Amino acid sequence: MSDRVLGGFCLALAAFFLWRTTKIETSFITDPLGPKAFPVIIAGVLGLAGLYVLARPDARPDWPGAGRLVEIALAVGVMVAYALLLPSLGFVAATALGAGYLCWRLGAGPLEAPLAGLVISLGIYAIFHLVLGLSLARGPWGF
Amino acid sequence: MDALASLAHGFAVALTLQNLGLAFVGCFLGTIIGALPGLGPSNGVAILIPLAFTLGLPATPAIILLTSVYYGAMYGGRISSILLNIPGDEPALMTTLDGHPMARKGQAGEALALSGIASFVGSLLATCGLVFLAPLLVRVALLFGPAEYFALFTLAFATLGGVASRNQAKSLIAAALGLGIALIGVDHQTGVPRFTFGNVHLYDGINFLVAIVGLFAISEVLLFLEHRGEGEHAPGKVALGRVTVPLAMLKRTWATMLRATGVGFLAGVLPGAGASLGSFIAYTLEKGLAGKGAGFGAGEPRGVAAPEAGNNAAAGGALVPMLALGVPGSGTTAVLLAMLLALNITPGPLLFQRNPDVVWGLIAALFIANVMLLLMNLPLVGLFVRVLRIPTRYLMPGVAMISFVGIYGISGSTFDLLEMIVFGVAGYLLRKLDVPLVPIILGILLGDQMEKNLRRALTISDGDWSILWGSWLAIAIWTLAIVGFLAPLVIGRFVRPKVKDTVAQ
Repeated sequence: MSDRVLGGFCLALAAFFLWRTTKIETSFITDPLGPKAFPVIIAGVLGLAGLYVLARPDARPDWPGAGRLVEIALAVGVMVAYALLLPSLGFVAATALGAGYLCWRLGAGPLEAPLAGLVISLGIYAIFHLVLGLSLARGPWGF
Repeated sequence: MDALASLAHGFAVALTLQNLGLAFVGCFLGTIIGALPGLGPSNGVAILIPLAFTLGLPATPAIILLTSVYYGAMYGGRISSILLNIPGDEPALMTTLDGHPMARKGQAGEALALSGIASFVGSLLATCGLVFLAPLLVRVALLFGPAEYFALFTLAFATLGGVASRNQAKSLIAAALGLGIALIGVDHQTGVPRFTFGNVHLYDGINFLVAIVGLFAISEVLLFLEHRGEGEHAPGKVALGRVTVPLAMLKRTWATMLRATGVGFLAGVLPGAGASLGSFIAYTLEKGLAGKGAGFGAGEPRGVAAPEAGNNAAAGGALVPMLALGVPGSGTTAVLLAMLLALNITPGPLLFQRNPDVVWGLIAALFIANVMLLLMNLPLVGLFVRVLRIPTRYLMPGVAMISFVGIYGISGSTFDLLEMIVFGVAGYLLRKLDVPLVPIILGILLGDQMEKNLRRALTISDGDWSILWGSWLAIAIWTLAIVGFLAPLVIGRFVRPKVKDTVAQ
């Protein structure tokens, strides 16, 4: 079933790609092939391969249970939040929170996790900012 | 000998204090990256590229740092294979077969030392092979026109799934996805935007570093979340003993090492094989030569020497097509290609003529890294073993955060970070669905070049498609591509059960 979804998705993507290709505005100066031909070829390959997978799917991959899927979705959510909050919280605070959360979800205890997050954050800050001089996000406190 | 003179010049470039220091750091990091299960060579190099890039290192030092990481990872993979029975990276899989039994017999130190020496022999000879083979290949490559290049890129995609590929349709999907992503942005020849949906962030196209780090590193973190708590390992139960090799053992294994090096190097040079297959073939060959009753699988030293020499030789061999043609044959070299492109260096025959400093400096760095790695891996192996004890619950968050730092450092834009997360989720889903990630990466990297060559060829012929198969060289490459694409359907049946999934090699 998963593979059929993949195949269907690829077909749809190929169709979408073709549609967008027709929307490319060509200018009057162009080479014989123009900017549209290569996208058409790729959409063709994608569509054919998708069709094959749709027709002859592999065995079902072992998807994790619902709990783990929620877990993964939450982690992705935290990463997105991290990316969005990075400029306003600054590197050290945001990273300590983000890394702490991931440590906790990967099995660190409630006391160890925040500590580990802080250590990871400060460690990266020390090595990459203080020693190597990489510019990291500055928060309201300047770090 | 032209090659030797160039090489001497390369040593002059590489042998500065700063470069030696970088090589040392690279070897050290590489060995750790290779040794840690779940952080393979492509992964490790991928995370480090944006860092090397944002640190503003000039081209040659950056290349020296990252190729040292690449070679180091090839050495490091064996450590956890032998001690934990978990391959530290994919090519080290075969080393578990005899390495771990040796460790259980109390010969862990000997196995580590022997595999270290085998790695050294493999990569040293392979680097010598690179010195002589690459210039030869360059001479052929200089005959290539745009049509031949287009065929060559097709060859790379056709064979990248590898001989052990399960489903060629999925390799094709991956390649098409990558090429499609590469098309996003302003068309270089006519200046019209394509697939940008009016979003200014997309006019420049997708930064391939963002894609690579997302696909490899972030998806890895998600996989670890899925498998949390499974297979937690406790190393250190195995006594290391003395990390030396008895002379008798070397005498028994030197022929094995040489054979494995030859096989591995060939596997590396040929498209679609790569290091995993190199070590697999080397091991199988030795097992076959020794016959039954030689004790393979029960801690036979030759079974440790063969795959290690094989995979390190393949790692060196894989650099030949990458440097000489600009077309990588394996996942890790695809990531190395990304590194060169990030530094604004396009590998290929012209690189040898225009930037000999870079090429020969790199090759000299490989020799230096090799010697360093041998010295590092014999006495310091205990240190690396200690690093292995960092539990993944602290390691993976650290990896994720370093990925964010690297990508943020490139542009300081939140948009890039979000893009990386999207690639991470996509990478996770694709890995679950058994779609290989390497063709995606290669597609993103080569899409632009591939299209450019196609259009150039058709401009030359004024729109006549037959130019694509208009020379014997082009026909030969097309034939190879077709054979390489169809081969897994036949050969794969025999190899597949034994070589594990090559998703993120």
